[in-house]
Amino acid sequence: MWRRCLLTGMFAWLAAAAPASAFVAYVSNEKGNTVTVIDTDSWTVTKTIKVGQRPRGIEFSRDGKFVMVAVGDDDTIQMIDTKTQEIVDTLPSGPDPELFTQDAAGKTMYVANENDNTVTVIDLEKRARLGDIQVGVEPEGMAVSPDGKILINTSETTSMAHFIDTATRQIVANVLVDSRPRFAAFKRDGSELWVSSEIGGTVSIVDPVKHEVTGKVTFEIPGLRSEAIQPVGIGMTKDGKTAFVALGPANRVAVVDGATHKVTKYLLVGQRVWHMDFTPDEKYLLVTNGVSNDVSVIDVAAQKVIKTIQVGELPWGITIAQP
Amino acid sequence: MFRWLIGTIALSMVATQALAADPVEIHVGYLGHAGIKSTLSLVEQPADNDGIAGARLAIEDNNTTGKFLNQRFILDEIRVKDSDDVAKAATDLAGHVDYIITDLPADALLKVADALRDRGTVLLNVGAIDDRLREQDCRANVIHVAPTRTMLADALAQYLVWKQWKRWLLVSGSHDQDKLYADALRRAATRFGAKIVQERTFEDTGGARRTDSGVTLIQRQMPVFTQQAPAYDVLVAADESEVFADYLPYRTWDPRPVAGSAGLVPTSWSAAHDQWGAVQIQNRFMKLNMRRMTALDMQAWTAARMIGEATARTNSGDPKKVTAFLKGPDFSVAAFKGTRLTLRDWNWQLRQPILLADGRMVVSVSPQEGFLHQVSELDTLGVDRPETKCKLQ
Repeated sequence: MWRRCLLTGMFAWLAAAAPASAFVAYVSNEKGNTVTVIDTDSWTVTKTIKVGQRPRGIEFSRDGKFVMVAVGDDDTIQMIDTKTQEIVDTLPSGPDPELFTQDAAGKTMYVANENDNTVTVIDLEKRARLGDIQVGVEPEGMAVSPDGKILINTSETTSMAHFIDTATRQIVANVLVDSRPRFAAFKRDGSELWVSSEIGGTVSIVDPVKHEVTGKVTFEIPGLRSEAIQPVGIGMTKDGKTAFVALGPANRVAVVDGATHKVTKYLLVGQRVWHMDFTPDEKYLLVTNGVSNDVSVIDVAAQKVIKTIQVGELPWGITIAQP
Repeated sequence: MFRWLIGTIALSMVATQALAADPVEIHVGYLGHAGIKSTLSLVEQPADNDGIAGARLAIEDNNTTGKFLNQRFILDEIRVKDSDDVAKAATDLAGHVDYIITDLPADALLKVADALRDRGTVLLNVGAIDDRLREQDCRANVIHVAPTRTMLADALAQYLVWKQWKRWLLVSGSHDQDKLYADALRRAATRFGAKIVQERTFEDTGGARRTDSGVTLIQRQMPVFTQQAPAYDVLVAADESEVFADYLPYRTWDPRPVAGSAGLVPTSWSAAHDQWGAVQIQNRFMKLNMRRMTALDMQAWTAARMIGEATARTNSGDPKKVTAFLKGPDFSVAAFKGTRLTLRDWNWQLRQPILLADGRMVVSVSPQEGFLHQVSELDTLGVDRPETKCKLQ
């Protein structure tokens, strides 16, 4: 009784002391064909939504009204209404959509279609397909530059980052990076593009103006064979000072100094870490662990893993926003 | 309509680029042997274009990348019969290609390697799994993309030992290559702590692989052949000649699983493999060739991709530069195996994980967890540097 009172009291105090950061995270579970909804206040699963076959890429619409999830084996992107948490519509992607990105206004979506070497352009307002752009073999990573002028697509077997002019939809440059590039992220000021290479085991730093690789983030973990280090998802803080890189079967997230491009710390997370997203206040970073079926919560300031949340089968992508 | 328009724009763009400078052309040869071996299982019967179909897909992939780098890959295919002069065919081919992907038996490959010794032509062996080609008979101008018998045997042994199926009944065929595979399996058993409780030989007395009344007889033969064995966990069959192994599953006297040449088979590729992005290449292959991808197709794909990868990385059409990169410390290739593949610099064998598949599913991938190595866990498969008999020259 005493204990319970004390505990309840403590919780109440904790809740009062910590400003309510009630965001909501949506996690795509590749094998489970579900999307797990997590409340970031209580760190609990509030709902599991059944979706199509093989959900991977997942992102909030800019207005927060929808969560869009690419269900690759159903060759479409499903839209989840964030109010009702139910699927309400689909988007006409090409075959086997994996990752996608949107422009700042949330009007245009660009989808990497792994199966036919194309990027599909979708009008999000009309929910209609505008066209395709031919890229390299197995397109995957997608990013739009902060000024909205350039779309980046990485192609895995071609090992390139393709620079696409968003106005003309023409490829304007191709930058060769290390093997199997999977993810691309710009610094908020547009000064650098980071591209992770899963098989190459590096993150290339690309100058977006000169279209050149200017540096590489390399990883070394004592006691771990280098082949196990397979960089995938990247998360960068808004100030560009710190980046987090998911290292796949190395079961770690590397903390990288945004200026020196050196690893400052490795955080042990779950097995086969894939992708990540920050809470909008950047206090927490959530990463998906594909093999251990959970999500690790990282305290960004403390650079520590503070919690693990069980989700569905083989979690892959994650997106977080205001509920 | 829109798609067509964009396609046209893309095309015209490529055309303008091409006008700006002629693409660098890279000619790749494919030297295969004519004739197809007969398999026990009808569904395992190789297609006429087994192997070359994989090379063709890789050339397409290389050209997709190549259009961004102004490089163009061209495949030149030759098939030789047993009666043909293979050295002459190779020399003719080497007149206009810098790399030759070979699907040849060991002796023919050695003839070709020695005939081309002073030409600088790089041979990529995709068909011969003989260890001797990487050991006492190794050649400096041959890169081995196919895994070796010892790599395959070790991959299987690691899994069987992990599964605690350590007592093996080894049944080998009576042909030379069956004996070589049995040697590799014996070596693997010793290395990884399995015990061969008994060995039996299945004599090939000739006979057709297709008959109208076959099953009845086989159903009587196989239990009898496997009866009165000492206690064992798994029957391991060495039958590269396709004489008996596929008859064993479900027909052994004792109810035991079968592995090796039938049942759980170690292989570089399986049409069922879908991990690590493999679905993409399976789909591309199916679209191009209207059939599923075999291990030989994958080995040929990997060989042609290795040439493409080294050409892209060096951004050069100079075969000397490309070959130097291919054999250098920075070379690696991605081949849907969950890890980068690299070359063993003491005999130019490609390090690679080995799939264990039963024809319908991939059961596991070796090296197994816990088999450690100071350089690369992939070197727990096959003959390692300290044991090698290869002196490259």
